[in-house]
Amino acid sequence: MKKNLPRRVLARRKFLKDSVVSAAGIAAGLSLPGVLAGCIGGDLDAFLQKHFLELTPAELEKVVRRIEKDNLKKFGKTTTVSAKPATPGVSFAYALDLSRCIGCRRCVHACVKENNQSRDPEIQWIRVLEFPKEKGIDFSEANPYYCAPSAGPLSDEQKEILANPESQYPLYKKSETEGGSACKVPRTDHFYVPIQCQQCEDPPCVKVCPVRATWKESDGIVVVDYNWCIGCRYCMAACPYGARHFNWAEPKVAPDDLNPDMHYLGNRPRYRGVVEKCTFCIQRTRNGRYPACVEICPVGARKFGNLLDPKSEIRSILEHKRVLILKNDLATHPKFFYFYGL
Amino acid sequence: MNPIVNFVKTCTSIWLRGNKYYWGWMIFLVLLIISGIAAYSNQVVHGLIQTSMRDQVSWGFYIGNFTFLVGVAAAAVMLVIPAYVYHWEPIKEVVLLGEMLAISAIVMCMLFVTVDIGRPDRMLHLFPFLGRPNFPNSLLSWDVLVLSLYFLLNLIIVLYILFTSFSGRHYNPKILIPLVLISIPSAISIHTVTAFLYDGVVARPFWNASILAPRFLASAFCSGPAILIILFQILRKVAGLKIKNEALAKIAELMAYAMFVNLFLFGAEMFKEFYSHTEHVIYAKVLLFGVGGTKVHYFMWPALIASFVAFILFLLPKTRNNFYTMNIGCLLIWFGVYTEKGMGLVIPGLTPDTLGEIYVYSPSLTEFRVAAGIFSIGFLVFTLLVKIAMPIMNMSETNSRKKIGHTNT
Repeated sequence: MKKNLPRRVLARRKFLKDSVVSAAGIAAGLSLPGVLAGCIGGDLDAFLQKHFLELTPAELEKVVRRIEKDNLKKFGKTTTVSAKPATPGVSFAYALDLSRCIGCRRCVHACVKENNQSRDPEIQWIRVLEFPKEKGIDFSEANPYYCAPSAGPLSDEQKEILANPESQYPLYKKSETEGGSACKVPRTDHFYVPIQCQQCEDPPCVKVCPVRATWKESDGIVVVDYNWCIGCRYCMAACPYGARHFNWAEPKVAPDDLNPDMHYLGNRPRYRGVVEKCTFCIQRTRNGRYPACVEICPVGARKFGNLLDPKSEIRSILEHKRVLILKNDLATHPKFFYFYGL
Repeated sequence: MNPIVNFVKTCTSIWLRGNKYYWGWMIFLVLLIISGIAAYSNQVVHGLIQTSMRDQVSWGFYIGNFTFLVGVAAAAVMLVIPAYVYHWEPIKEVVLLGEMLAISAIVMCMLFVTVDIGRPDRMLHLFPFLGRPNFPNSLLSWDVLVLSLYFLLNLIIVLYILFTSFSGRHYNPKILIPLVLISIPSAISIHTVTAFLYDGVVARPFWNASILAPRFLASAFCSGPAILIILFQILRKVAGLKIKNEALAKIAELMAYAMFVNLFLFGAEMFKEFYSHTEHVIYAKVLLFGVGGTKVHYFMWPALIASFVAFILFLLPKTRNNFYTMNIGCLLIWFGVYTEKGMGLVIPGLTPDTLGEIYVYSPSLTEFRVAAGIFSIGFLVFTLLVKIAMPIMNMSETNSRKKIGHTNT
């Protein structure tokens, strides 16, 4: 008879037996019962889950399966959630060729698609800034909204342009296909600097997190445990690159848009009220693939590789090109380099 | 009867007694609290999207109020030092009322942090043993720790004084005095840690200034006593608190010095920004002149003028000793420090954001309602504490007088 009960009921029974855990649960439940029920959505297993780094392999397996089940329930779609650890001897780094980037924002949208960001409101991990050429990289001159869409429906000509994969008309947000894209890039006398998480060697965001919900993995990727983050946003105040984003509302992704190939520390669906960020596409790169932004770039401006492999392309760039990093005076030591390849 | 049960019963009966002003005040607070709870429930259901905060300005009105109230909590207790040094008559009452104000302010601080975080259900992650606090790296972990300890310390002191007075005993100085002596450096530490919380953020040049912690302490020394001055006068009228005019004037004089230091440090910071005129000057410009439609400067100038006028009022003996001008000075100081340390600290710190974007933040209705609710909870706690404190203190006095009378006869 016991076997016929739903898993959650069994889990709850087990929970009730466990006196220590239930004491904590009751204490928390008494404080703000209504609020709590709203927040945890009645999911006790998730509420009681330990920090990612404290989970035993068996517990991690269970957690990952639970998330897959939740995904199936929420999106009606089978997903695989991996928790593949870093490979020893690997330290990822990124290089971006500023002389090639045309500011088309394809990387922005490929990233959203790959990493299951909320579409409404849309969260973007990559921000492409447009600077007037004579000013250099001066953030007070940066324009993140270049070629903002004009009001009104798309003209047939615009639709055709947008459908064309060679299009040089950048969209700011996918939802903005409602309005036309206003200009063709690159604009004369302007250059473009895409900015995403710089995967710092000394990340200020990790230092300030009051609950250790974010940390640097051994392959250099700074990750967030979405089940441990309390949403205080101190890391967002501390990040010098605006790389961290908060789920101000319930994240919305249509089932058709959901990328089913997921990683626990990367693109699995997020929760309302937690912080997220670029993970160098951890679900891809830990399996030997390139990040989505590298693959999509139509001009080959984006390079990625293992810093510890002397024969890698990234090492070659560091050895043969003159590279720069953003805000080097803050000593965050980014592993995201910019260079002029031409 | 069990003395604790008796104590609780007496407190309840005192709370249920009051004139129409008392009940009107209570109903007013309860209505605001209900409105705040409704707004907060809505925020919990729909997320922090109900506020005006966004990725560009990720902290706002809630954290601004939190910062201001940490100052109030700290300063209320720091007032014990001059009370002791200058031999103000009712030192016990000054200590007690200061600690009660501190308790109420910390309650508000904790509530402001709670409503600001995205996952209040995971609050326990912040605490030792239950969660994984990030010691020693995260200043927010330290802040949670020192605020909790400070809250407990004040609560114990207040309950101990009240309970011993109620039981007709004299407090044991061997217990009380060390606790009060610990509470004074703790008061300084909570405010220093809160200042370091901003100070340590290298990505935000406006906060990353070593002058911030001294500025915080100086402004706190103005805002905390300002409310106590007004309160002492009210209690003197309605509850027979015996505080001398000279003591009130002395507090006002100390506030004048604190305000001078506060304005001086602010001026020093502004000189550095505007004279060196590096790219960081933009944050000071947001504060004082507005950049790209920001609105803080509309409040900042009146706040600076208010602080300056209050400084003059408290500096001149004539206006300092006049209750009318002294109370005006207190209100001006509240407005000045509240603006400077609330929105005047948070918004220029975050605008423009780290990539130069200017997002014009002004609090949403949800934020105003939640904040009003939290302030009401704080005032409610404070009212209830003061309401029981005065009769119980008087009770102990009559008790001791009775005892003296008995020994005499």
